[in-house]
Amino acid sequence: MKNVIIGSGVAGMAAIEAIRSVDPAAEITMVGDDPHGFYSRPGLAYYLSGELHDKALYPRTTEDYRKMNFKYVRGQVTKIDRKQHILELSDTVQMPYDKLLIAVGAQAIKMDTPGADLEGVLKLDHMEDAKRILKSARRGRTAVVVGGGITALELVEGLASRGMKIHYLLRGDRYWSNVLDEQESHIVEQRLKDEGVKLHYHAEVNEVTGKNNRVTGVHLANGQTLKCDMVAYAIGIRPRLDLAKQAGLDIERGILVNEYLQTNDPDIFAAGDVAQVYDPRSGRSVIDSLWGPAREQGYAAGLNMAGRQKAYVKSVPFNVTRLAGITTTIIGNVGRGRDSDLIGIARGDSESWRQLSNAMVAQTGFEVNRLRLLVGEKTLLGAIIMGDQTLSFPLEKIISHNADISPIRERLLEPSARVGDIVAEFWVDTKKHSLS
Amino acid sequence: MDLLKLLKQDADKHRVLSMGQVVPDSARCVQCGICSYNCPIGIDVRAHAWQGKPVIHSNCLTCGECVARCPRGVLRFEQTDLFAGENE
Repeated sequence: MKNVIIGSGVAGMAAIEAIRSVDPAAEITMVGDDPHGFYSRPGLAYYLSGELHDKALYPRTTEDYRKMNFKYVRGQVTKIDRKQHILELSDTVQMPYDKLLIAVGAQAIKMDTPGADLEGVLKLDHMEDAKRILKSARRGRTAVVVGGGITALELVEGLASRGMKIHYLLRGDRYWSNVLDEQESHIVEQRLKDEGVKLHYHAEVNEVTGKNNRVTGVHLANGQTLKCDMVAYAIGIRPRLDLAKQAGLDIERGILVNEYLQTNDPDIFAAGDVAQVYDPRSGRSVIDSLWGPAREQGYAAGLNMAGRQKAYVKSVPFNVTRLAGITTTIIGNVGRGRDSDLIGIARGDSESWRQLSNAMVAQTGFEVNRLRLLVGEKTLLGAIIMGDQTLSFPLEKIISHNADISPIRERLLEPSARVGDIVAEFWVDTKKHSLS
Repeated sequence: MDLLKLLKQDADKHRVLSMGQVVPDSARCVQCGICSYNCPIGIDVRAHAWQGKPVIHSNCLTCGECVARCPRGVLRFEQTDLFAGENE
């Protein structure tokens, strides 16, 4: 059986592990166009900030790859001939397949403002981008950063740690308003300001200006002009769909696959940032654009390619990131609740919850700690944990297992309830009985 | 909070640090490698995180560098029962 995997990201790697776990003899080939192969793309942020060396971003050694026993071909697949089961690579090489996985990921959306093609206008998408940014990041120079999400903030922090002066442009009136509440946004913004970052609200770039083909500044929609030596942006990502389109596979925003990660062609699978996966529980098809789900989808796809019927079950939305130096875990539904039944309770530093657990010591010692819970009728619907992560693991389990919180719900909602203590006690009790 | 309780918590924490192991929550991990990069004795903590296995390594100092530096709070110390072979 010839298995071919297009893409060298985490979904592809997980697929290889899955196929190998079922079939030690299967033929596996990975075709990838990233000159750097498999590395931690989310980790680029920490390379940028100087927390690690670029060489540390590669999780696998040559010896690891040898043990996984697959063939790696550096190249770009330009065409899938579904009838013949043959791939065409850019250098006219042909490659037959029996089962195919498309795991080519997503790429950064390009800025299309006038002047965006000037030298010094940079995005953070892959290793080459990160190297390019570091090459032009100079102490004392000025950067304008554009974008409202995690990657943009990583650019801000990375460039600030390299000694650059930063103008951070936000479209709205606060940072990441569709996930964070006002106070959480405020915490992040205040910490950036303390680091010397200049925030601009309701700010949009109309034009990037330049001289001798190099960036010199930006014109904003409000008429303001900012001088700068670099414009770094992260304004979203888009699945890489060219190949799937050429092959005539069903697509919407991503490649449509069923819960077995199978496209409308039963011999072709898709996983990771390029896949729009059917979720039987909600009846919708969703793109997840996160490392964790990409790995899980890749693994499930691999099992299915190897003949095991394995449905991918989407877990509760879950993301961990670091916002202005504060580890932040986002579980389930924490966005601006439109549902009036949804009760949100938040607690800051004044509580003692961080000292509680005596069975576990997690990340502690942050300057800011905050906990917000979204309380449903019988279950917790979501949580956001900033700073101390002691309660993060318990909350992840309580929420993803839909644990019945009836015994503590009333106490939780009391005006000055010690929310952290109550959750911790509940966790210890519940763990004894069933969860985990 | 009274002093005794505080002292007990502190003692508990140190007990966990000395007897516990580094346990990963692999769903949080993006394999960036900061943990392995900062381990003073070169344990490949990241590989453990990929496999979701506790860092059972005779040389581990439980110094906490990896736990503290992980940008995503993947790692924690937990007192595990070595003989039961369970991590939770």
